[in-house]
Amino acid sequence: MRYETVIGLEVHVGLSTNSKIFCSCSAQSYGAKPNTHICPACCGMPGMLPVVNRRVVDFSMKAGMMLNCTINRVTTFDKKSYYYPDLPASYQTTQWFAPIAVNGFVEIETSAGKKSIRIKQIHMEEDAGKLIHDIREDTTHIDFNRSSVPLIEIVSQSDLSSAEEAEAYLERLNILLRFAKVSECEMAHGTMRCDVNLSVRPEGSDKLGVRTEMKNMNSIEAIKRAIEYETARHIDALENGTEVLIQETRRWDDLSGKSYAMRGKETAGDYRYFPDPNVMPVVIDDAWLNAVRDSLPEFPEVKRKRYIDELGLNDYDADQLIKSIALCECFESAYAVCKSAKDAVNWMTSEVMSELNARDMTYDMLSVNGETLGKLILLVSDGEVGRANGRKILSAMFEDKNIDPKTYAEQNDMIVSHDTELIEQTVRTIVASNQKAVADYKRGKEKAFMALFGQCMRELKGNCDPQTLKTILAEYIADL
Amino acid sequence: MKLYTVKNQVYNDRVVVADDMILTTEHPTSAGSRMLEGYVSLIGSEALGCLTAAGYVLGGKTQVGEFAIDLVGETSKDGAIYKDGKAVNAAACVLLADEACVALTLDVNGSVRRAAAQSGLCSVKPTYGTVSRYGTIPVACSGDTVSLMARNTGECRNALNVIRSCDPKDGTCIPESMRNEKTAPVKRVAVIASLMRDVDAEVNRAITAAAAALTDAGIEVITIDDSVICTSRPAWNILMCAELCNNVSRYDGVSFGHRAESFSGIDELYTNSRTEAFGDLLKAAVIYGSETLSANNYIKVYDKALRTRRVIVEAFAALFEKFDALLMPACSTMAYTEKMLKETPRLVFDENLYTAPASISGLPAIVSGGIQLAGPAFSESTLLDTAAIIEKGGQVI
Repeated sequence: MRYETVIGLEVHVGLSTNSKIFCSCSAQSYGAKPNTHICPACCGMPGMLPVVNRRVVDFSMKAGMMLNCTINRVTTFDKKSYYYPDLPASYQTTQWFAPIAVNGFVEIETSAGKKSIRIKQIHMEEDAGKLIHDIREDTTHIDFNRSSVPLIEIVSQSDLSSAEEAEAYLERLNILLRFAKVSECEMAHGTMRCDVNLSVRPEGSDKLGVRTEMKNMNSIEAIKRAIEYETARHIDALENGTEVLIQETRRWDDLSGKSYAMRGKETAGDYRYFPDPNVMPVVIDDAWLNAVRDSLPEFPEVKRKRYIDELGLNDYDADQLIKSIALCECFESAYAVCKSAKDAVNWMTSEVMSELNARDMTYDMLSVNGETLGKLILLVSDGEVGRANGRKILSAMFEDKNIDPKTYAEQNDMIVSHDTELIEQTVRTIVASNQKAVADYKRGKEKAFMALFGQCMRELKGNCDPQTLKTILAEYIADL
Repeated sequence: MKLYTVKNQVYNDRVVVADDMILTTEHPTSAGSRMLEGYVSLIGSEALGCLTAAGYVLGGKTQVGEFAIDLVGETSKDGAIYKDGKAVNAAACVLLADEACVALTLDVNGSVRRAAAQSGLCSVKPTYGTVSRYGTIPVACSGDTVSLMARNTGECRNALNVIRSCDPKDGTCIPESMRNEKTAPVKRVAVIASLMRDVDAEVNRAITAAAAALTDAGIEVITIDDSVICTSRPAWNILMCAELCNNVSRYDGVSFGHRAESFSGIDELYTNSRTEAFGDLLKAAVIYGSETLSANNYIKVYDKALRTRRVIVEAFAALFEKFDALLMPACSTMAYTEKMLKETPRLVFDENLYTAPASISGLPAIVSGGIQLAGPAFSESTLLDTAAIIEKGGQVI
């Protein structure tokens, strides 16, 4: 019999707001020392009252709009109770009855073609702390830095049917949310986490099979493996009766490549949701809604099309740029200054991207000012600064955003000299001390010429028009 | 018996005592529970801060019943206080002994109002949202109100003017611009007949005396029937216990609160710690609250209580179209004897028939001369004027 897999994803996304959802502690403490970004409020101490961070609502609305959702104009917070040591108040403030955004969709594309995945809802909530188990001392410590960091949970309808589609969906969410700058969506940092709801049924059947929920996948690769494993397990159970499927929560173990049923206690059955009386309903008026709508970025596809149709970029370059909003923004402001899309994209896809890679930075971390880059591109294309020195200036711009390329070039002796006397003198010196290379060249070895050229260029610190140097060098050798 | 701990002997006519639901950074705040024995908060109460900033001096903390849900404080971890065979409230004792001019308290389930009525004191439970709850032990957040108790309406009024604020740290505070203060003097007062059915002779006399004093002052007192207001009791018991259950769930022995010495594993740590530290009344409230919020009961019970609350608020609004204030008892009797408390441990869930209406609706309520006056939102000032009439003319118990 042929089977089909029915998958719904619950994706938690950590928002990039400066402060936490209900207090003013920093929300960006990834990697910080434990318990250095905490206060009585996010530690659940009695007497503290939650005050909603407006930016969290802004960011969540943005996310909702990016995913084509309807924004609930009156949105409320609820308490969800369960006992776990990383949850200091023993309840989580979340949205159960009136989430911020509902009924959206995203388009994905896989080898099977295009498909629309419906979003059931997006709700805002606070994250919990983190347990750190110390095996040596056989004890557990709690780090509350992450406690009350704002999250949105994006709940899809069960419209996905394969690991490939799940991957495409997650990548789609990733790019859209990063474009809106609401989250870094970094699975390795825990700012994007995903639970998988999965069931299997005979192809064509309209009755859903037994559904299991899987947690604890730390990468898209793990999610794909987990879906494939769980699908096979379900089919095996249906075909061969190897086990009886029950509705349960399972933990994915990436090392063994298997999912395991979690103990009953780990999966609280009843969360006792009720409206939080301490948080007044958030009412979103037209002005607020429109302000957020106006702040939305151009969608990646729209940018791509514009880059190709209006700026004459090729498909490959356009695809490179739309990997990150930071790249797009830098490119666009550089282009506005240097007026050459071709130059601007070349700098982006070669120099800027390799500098980012060398520094082990993500594209989103690019902080170079696009206008400054545009000025640098102009300096190089106008022949005032050599390409190699241009690269050095760019590298300096990564360190210091306030650098002016022209001033920096002047201060660091990087301005191209048009003094032919100096070039001729350098050529004479280099040729005189490299007679072997000259001889090789004269015997027809083109490489030898480039070696001589390179040495002259180095001697001139790159501050020389390559064409002029080539001509003078060739003429000088010919005249020998 | 521990009434209160005095930090230093203060000879001052502006000594305030705070009950043990009000968080202080220098004294421990136990909420009357073994669970928080010795707990010193990192933050202090906003309302208390207002008082000390205005020149009041904190004399000490008075003990309360466990999480302030009982009758008058008899479930305190430090034991009940009995005087002449009747249970009395610690803050009331301090005021009667003239050791403080005002007590800052948290009114959760009416214990402050019952205590004031039974001790012949004045208390003010202001309109919900006019005094910051920042720095108070949360119990039933939708009704918890920082309140005052003093020997007379004048002291209450002075302190009330100081603690009223719109605190940005409390999201439920009502902005000043939205506080539509009632200034017209009270002319028509209603007595709700159904609330008079189960009160004893002494309470009846207090109501009659108050009504007479008001009539003498030219205020019309009319007895009416209203069945909606009486539904406040069951609805409030549901809401209060549910919120309490949720709010005390933080005391699990992990981050704070009593931790059992003997346990194996995290579940036992939770269970043993809570079993050891919570008293019977609190446990009953937790179990009841947990039950009302469970997935099976939420719509049937909790959601219905929320809807009932809306109906009650509307019923009050309709009453206050016709009347300026309601005159009602604060309790069914002027004395809770040791015997009553022992025989009927759940007595408070009946006695809050008289206090739940103001708790569930967030309306202001003033106790004076052994009776209770409730009025529309932001009518504290005119209610105090009216209470002053009763104070002068009413029966002194």
